[in-house]
Amino acid sequence: MSLDQPGTFTPMPGAAPLPQQVAAQVRMETRLLLRNGEQLLLAVVIPLLVLVGGVLAADSVGLEFAQSPVDTLTPGVLALAILSTSFASLAITTGFERRYGVLKRLGASPLPRGGLLAGKLGSLLVVELLQVLVIGTAGLLLGWSPVVSVASILGVLCFAVVGTAAFASLGLLLAGTVRAETTLAAANLVYLLLLAGGAVVLPLSTYGDFGSVLAWLPSAALGDGMRSALMEGSLAVVPLLVLVGWTAIGTVATSRTFRWE
Amino acid sequence: MRYGDRVAADGLDLDVERHTITAVLGPNGAGKTTTLETCEGYRTPQSGTVRVLGLDPRRQRRELLPRIGVMLQSGGAWSGVRAIEMLTHIASLHAHPLDVSMLVERLGLGECGRTPYRRLSGGQQQRLALAMAVVGRPELVFVDEPTAGMDPQARRTTWALLEELRADGVTIVLTTHYMDEAEHLADHIHVIDHGRLIASGTALDLTRASGGSTIRLVVTEPFPPHAASSLQAVLGVETEVAPIDERSLLITGPADATTLAKISAWCEESNVLPESLRLGQRTLEDVFLQITGRELTT
Repeated sequence: MSLDQPGTFTPMPGAAPLPQQVAAQVRMETRLLLRNGEQLLLAVVIPLLVLVGGVLAADSVGLEFAQSPVDTLTPGVLALAILSTSFASLAITTGFERRYGVLKRLGASPLPRGGLLAGKLGSLLVVELLQVLVIGTAGLLLGWSPVVSVASILGVLCFAVVGTAAFASLGLLLAGTVRAETTLAAANLVYLLLLAGGAVVLPLSTYGDFGSVLAWLPSAALGDGMRSALMEGSLAVVPLLVLVGWTAIGTVATSRTFRWE
Repeated sequence: MRYGDRVAADGLDLDVERHTITAVLGPNGAGKTTTLETCEGYRTPQSGTVRVLGLDPRRQRRELLPRIGVMLQSGGAWSGVRAIEMLTHIASLHAHPLDVSMLVERLGLGECGRTPYRRLSGGQQQRLALAMAVVGRPELVFVDEPTAGMDPQARRTTWALLEELRADGVTIVLTTHYMDEAEHLADHIHVIDHGRLIASGTALDLTRASGGSTIRLVVTEPFPPHAASSLQAVLGVETEVAPIDERSLLITGPADATTLAKISAWCEESNVLPESLRLGQRTLEDVFLQITGRELTT
């Protein structure tokens, strides 16, 4: 038991380089998210049902949109997918991470809090990319013809990132303050309410006079932004500012109230 | 340069020497976890100072964390994560981690390596938590109740690993409410109760004090009032009498014929009927009982 002779457990402490830690965290969180059946339901199955059901219903009921139903609905369903991942999935997983001491345990690892947050956002973007691929393909099969230009791609990226930031900050606000079960119930409820009445899938015009109020919701802003980009090839400035505002509110509130245990 | 790290919290004044195993022994609720979590930087002490490896666990936490290993008392993993996957993840956060498969083998986690965390047994979860604490090759490991609820086999595996860590130069601070664990593993034992340090030393120091022999007297009916002090008066200052419960007393001191004769004379005089009179070596349990008047494990 000489200390000069290195043994199996001879201390050699040190943190891995931060990018490597964040990459490991992204991989881990993405794997766990994709493994979870309920999360997949929320992330892919429900948006797909909304898209296919919406297009079929619009055709049979004769809903009037400015453009074809599939061109109108697909951008909104993409917005819904982003909302479901960055808000509901994130809130639910983070709530249970708090409950099961995962956040506490990672808090004692070399991974700093900023790295943990970066890992979470990274995994959200990976999952969202998969969602966009699946929903986009489904849309194209249904006859979707989006505006494809530099402005439209920029607009989609811009709204995807800012929308993710806004909904993630709100999801973390929920997850960091109430119990895991409450987070689960509340996140699903909010998701359903926004799906039905949040002007995310359907444009604001379908809500009549009430639309001007709904325009302040982050869901409507994200839906509008996606529709402007993919239907008109333009960047919607006011919805973008609305999302930036929600991000600011969510971030400040979360940083003041988030409890790690 | 100081050899060793000074650790203090909540009126506790604990020193830990490097390359040793230090046990913080106390009953449930004594403040063991609080003490550990203060050292790990989870809690800020209201007063006093804590230095771990010479660092402030709160203000220099980022510097400290890669150098220490932490085993939480429970939880700490995603419910759906597989055991080896979790360990590999923690390993990937460190610069020079141990070989995961070696650690898995050493702790007998091979057969449950692909089992989701929520389906692991309590003992398996604890061994995984210990593996997570040491995989980063830390200088100092904090382990909270490492063997609580483990079967004897898993317990021996855990003890062997902790002893090997010490032999390789790792400093270990563990909490336990098992006195045999403290006696078996620890170079130094701090006994705490209600957040205060009540005794400190090696197992031998603690048990050899005041003669090292004990007599447990159990009687058939509850003792009359003030039995302990009246027996104490009969036996003199050489011995120490502590009540255990209403029908038993612990007598520490020379367990010789004179003492036994005095005890039996006192029983006759006090009109109590002995049910058992047991002689033994003083254990840490007795030390705790003597100082606090309560049993350690209830």
